[in-house]
Amino acid sequence: MATTATATGTAGKRRFDVNQISSGSNAAINVFFWIYSAFCVLPLLLVIAVSLSDEKSVLIGGYKLWPEQFSLGAYDFLLNDYAAILKSYGVSIFVTVVGTVIALAIMAMYAYPISRKDFKHHGLFSFLVFFTILFNAGLVPFYITYKQGLGLYNSMFALMLPFFVQGFFVIVLRTFFSNSIPTALMESAKIDGAGEFRVFWQIVMPLSLPVLASVGLLCTLNYWNDWFLSLLFIREDGPMSIQFRMYRTLLDIQFLSSNTQAYSAIMKANPNFTIPGETARMAMAVVGIGPIIFVYPFLQRYFIQGLTVGAVKG
Amino acid sequence: MEQVAQAAPGARRSGKRGKVKTLNQGYWRRYWVFYAMMAPGLLVMLVNNYIPMLGTTIAFKNIRLASRSFFTDFWNSPWVGWDNFRYLFTTSDAWLITRNTVAYNAVFIVLNLIIGVAFALMFHNMRNRLAAKVHQTLMFLPYFLSMVIVAYLVYGFLHPDIGIMNRVVLPLFGAEPRMWYQDTTWWPLILPLVNTWKSIGYYAIFYLAAIIGIDQEYYEAAHIDGASKWKQVWSITVPLIRPIIIILTLLQIGRIFYADFGLFFQVTQNSGALYDKTLIIDTYVYQGFLVTGNIGMSAAAGIYQAVVGFVLVFLSNLFVRRISKDDALF
Repeated sequence: MATTATATGTAGKRRFDVNQISSGSNAAINVFFWIYSAFCVLPLLLVIAVSLSDEKSVLIGGYKLWPEQFSLGAYDFLLNDYAAILKSYGVSIFVTVVGTVIALAIMAMYAYPISRKDFKHHGLFSFLVFFTILFNAGLVPFYITYKQGLGLYNSMFALMLPFFVQGFFVIVLRTFFSNSIPTALMESAKIDGAGEFRVFWQIVMPLSLPVLASVGLLCTLNYWNDWFLSLLFIREDGPMSIQFRMYRTLLDIQFLSSNTQAYSAIMKANPNFTIPGETARMAMAVVGIGPIIFVYPFLQRYFIQGLTVGAVKG
Repeated sequence: MEQVAQAAPGARRSGKRGKVKTLNQGYWRRYWVFYAMMAPGLLVMLVNNYIPMLGTTIAFKNIRLASRSFFTDFWNSPWVGWDNFRYLFTTSDAWLITRNTVAYNAVFIVLNLIIGVAFALMFHNMRNRLAAKVHQTLMFLPYFLSMVIVAYLVYGFLHPDIGIMNRVVLPLFGAEPRMWYQDTTWWPLILPLVNTWKSIGYYAIFYLAAIIGIDQEYYEAAHIDGASKWKQVWSITVPLIRPIIIILTLLQIGRIFYADFGLFFQVTQNSGALYDKTLIIDTYVYQGFLVTGNIGMSAAAGIYQAVVGFVLVFLSNLFVRRISKDDALF
């Protein structure tokens, strides 16, 4: 996919082109895309607007794209018990960072040997990866292996281990190693007496930064957005990631809080207090959407590179 | 070489054997580190993939949870052959989940293809490159959101009391409010809509990358020959990106038996009233296994999915290989 890099590099000015579409069609396309882009963003604005609204006005007037009555009550409510949310953020960040680093290391170390044609067993070990993509044992045996076999219940490790090796990414890495690293470079290093691991670590890895960035970002996205593993392995008293807490909050607003004591304290102080359910829920979503929304436009390029390589290859 | 070998076969063979041996020693000295490097990956795959594959045998047992250890239970449970599969396929569930999984995925594939290519073409022909870039970025946004957040966004629209649909949109048309999470009618429309909304940015950018790779000279030549822009699209762009269209579509067809668990579980809020139109193989297995506790039958459904899925992935890859060897998985 030599063409992928250019996909993002189209922002530059193009020479005047006699063969371009008519002004009418161009305007039509522009209008269409403005409407469509609005539909991509509006749902998020709705969530933000509701989170900034007064609970009562929402309950009476319904969700509105612009708050009828501004209020920070929902965020105030979240701040009352910020420990739970902060802890969830911590879990998410820990799992994402540590998981991505380990996953990248394991996958790169696996992909490099099978990219080397002079390595006798590269076929066999490549097949072991391919087969994991082809045949998926399914949820039941996977769950039993984790819970009964490894005892990985209610632990953060259960949220990381499943993504340590993803066949897809191993193949992307392998393709890059075998196509884009000049063999002559490795040969000369070997002649100078470098061992295989040193070649890998000091020559291949630095040259592979683009693909490592792409795969790393895809891993980050996987880890950050994952809630399914939490659904399987995490109880309420365990390490709840931010996604999982959001999921539980959607079903039941009580999950915003880690302990019911906080509620009784609030109730005691102010007997008329009602939980700002609807707005707090949306405030939780805003908090949960979090960093990814601000980072993605800048990282888009690497994502696209990884995606376009990955999709065709797996 | 042959002549030498014939002249002194014995000497030659022993000499060769000696050489092989030294080569082997050199091989291990050089390459042992490769095995060490692969060890962690192998271990992870063993745990994540290969041991669970052995565990599929659970579908042929009638598991009775009696003791504290699952493995004792597994050991003591009787083999029942194909009984679990027979139960599964005598219920209407098997047909329902297969229909839903395949039908939704088929719709998703068609939409991703048509809308994806159309958007890519439109992006490519926009005169203002900066605007094209801005729209690409905005359209890519939903791709980065987790399904939990998408569920929140959908809930904002479908909330029975205060959602946008019941409060704003339906009154515009003078329609009665609906209990969206209880009423299956519109879900075959909602789910493809949500899925396309979330993934189209990705497909459009993917096809755009292919279109940008086309040599500009084709268009210039066509323009000189007086071909209209529309004609150029059909005679140059589409034929030239056809391989990539076919490959992407085949790969999706290969995975038609695996559905997006998050979409069907989160966005529908796993509402039981909607199962008729929203239950897919993946959610059925989850529901049967972790909620209802019917281990045998959900394991059987899992194997059913794995085996049919395997065959489909395998076949689609064979076809992809025929078109472009580079893009085939194996």
